[in-house]
Amino acid sequence: MSRLLPLALLGALVALPLALGANPYLLNALIVTGIVTIGAMSLNLLLGFTGQLSLGHIAFFGIGAYVSALTSLGFDVEIGFGLRVVHEPWPAAVGFVLATLAAGACGYLIGRLSFRVRGAYFVIVTISFAEVVRLVALNWVELTQGPLALTNIPAITLGLPGIGAWTLKTKLQNYYLVLAIGTLCYLVIARLVGSRFGRAMRGLKENESLALSVGINATRTLTVAAVVSAAMAGAAGSLYAHYLRIIDPDVFAFTTTVSMVIMVVAGGKGTLMGPVIGGLIFGLLPVALRPVMAPEAQWIVYGVVLILILFVMPRGIVPGVSALLARRRPVRAVPVLEASPVVQR
Amino acid sequence: MSAILSVEHVGVRFGGLVAIADLHFDVAQGEIVSLIGPNGAGKTTAFNVMTGFLKPSQGEVRFRGTSLKGLQPHEITRLGLARTFQRTSVFPDDTVFDNVMIGLHRQGAAGAPGIGRAPVLDALLGRAGASERRLRERAEALLDWVGLSARAQEKAGSLAYGEQRLVGVALALATEPAMLLLDEPVSGMNASETRVFVRLIRQIRERGVTLLLVEHDMPMVMEVSDRIVVLNYGRLIAEGPPDRIRTDPAVIEAYLGQGSAARRAAAEAQEAAHA
Repeated sequence: MSRLLPLALLGALVALPLALGANPYLLNALIVTGIVTIGAMSLNLLLGFTGQLSLGHIAFFGIGAYVSALTSLGFDVEIGFGLRVVHEPWPAAVGFVLATLAAGACGYLIGRLSFRVRGAYFVIVTISFAEVVRLVALNWVELTQGPLALTNIPAITLGLPGIGAWTLKTKLQNYYLVLAIGTLCYLVIARLVGSRFGRAMRGLKENESLALSVGINATRTLTVAAVVSAAMAGAAGSLYAHYLRIIDPDVFAFTTTVSMVIMVVAGGKGTLMGPVIGGLIFGLLPVALRPVMAPEAQWIVYGVVLILILFVMPRGIVPGVSALLARRRPVRAVPVLEASPVVQR
Repeated sequence: MSAILSVEHVGVRFGGLVAIADLHFDVAQGEIVSLIGPNGAGKTTAFNVMTGFLKPSQGEVRFRGTSLKGLQPHEITRLGLARTFQRTSVFPDDTVFDNVMIGLHRQGAAGAPGIGRAPVLDALLGRAGASERRLRERAEALLDWVGLSARAQEKAGSLAYGEQRLVGVALALATEPAMLLLDEPVSGMNASETRVFVRLIRQIRERGVTLLLVEHDMPMVMEVSDRIVVLNYGRLIAEGPPDRIRTDPAVIEAYLGQGSAARRAAAEAQEAAHA
């Protein structure tokens, strides 16, 4: 199941627009859901696999969005002492790369700062960081336009010299871009988690003292996880900026972090598919509910759905369904100590 | 014989509480030494100091000539000094096999034999196949060696107590230590399990690993140790081979108190020793 389900889902998502036709409303919902799902996947790397809760995850997303937007729009700001920084617009694709790197660098700083003291401290540091970044975006009007928003952000242009270039302006193009980046993030996380590095993360989460005693460097391992996680969130933020083509300080909304946490927890933290399933359910629930009820009533339904999921499957959908599918094997009782080769020697 | 581990006048204070007053002893290469003493004597505290989980208030520990002062637990492990834990000796949610794979962490590090310079990058690019295979082979060999092959695919947290201890030993051995510290390895084991474990300890020594144990099971300690170090109230009160420790009046007093019965027992034991 572990291999089949992701492939089947990927196939379905690739085929979906063909089946639906060009329905802009639905495509828009799918694109935004996909972007937030990438954020949830990145959050899961920290929350699910290392057990560290980043409640300011939206900061990395927002930093990615702003870095990407500013790189592709250019800016001209005074930074004091009579110095001016002038930046000519660069291609949006460069913005995407810089957004990923900048968010990863922020993840490094936050990780180094807070992984000496973990748990609640990490939660508080991440929340504070997100709030600080939001205030900067709101108040540094010369750079970010503040609440007036950065507008006319160019769409991403993909191109190979000699072959041609495509500017991804339509929803359909953006849909496949988000799907491709999301698949890439999924593969990166899957590779990491299945590797020696993933085992170190699991060890730290399950029994930290024991993990240290086998030579695992806790600070380094957690920092690498934070860097990868933040970089992915930054990439998602960049996609968001170049898709909507307008961003304001509201991209730092705390509720988006909460949505990501809900997606991860409902889908199953610490599983590869959990945030994807959770993301699709909570991202597309509004689409399903819109014809039936008012937005205010929808919020109540989200709450009920979340409570129901966690009531029936406390560890989330993916672990819950896997447990249902796995037939309980009868456990053989072999007294290992007596059967040990040490005894027979 | 040269000392592989030297505990040099180590003291540990938690505020006004003296956990270890002044501990000073050596362990020679290839020895099996036991650290014993009544509850609260400071044995586990001493272990935590040697492995970097606690910073001593005074003194220092030297391992193979290197001072361990200021080193983190994972750095001390990398020098070749491994340990097991009293209560939680496994990664409970992983299989026994994956437990050992986690234990082989350093064997997959950059610069280890057969490992590239950037293991994380290799994993991302799918180039880690060969080194992963090598690690899996070693994990299998280790599990076979401690006698846990039959349990490889079971969750470590669901194993019986004694078996979890074996997983703990396999994890520690996976770091390829020169010296292994065992924290109450046979507590909670029955007599036959203990017997098997004593054999395992001897085989670990045959692999060239020096052993230091903290243990309450006196018959086991007397049987397995070359030398015994006795702690009471954070002080070393006796040191020597098992025969001498068994009849040492200070040791008997520490364990049984100063009652007349204890004194009589000590006197009788001494007589028996002389006879």
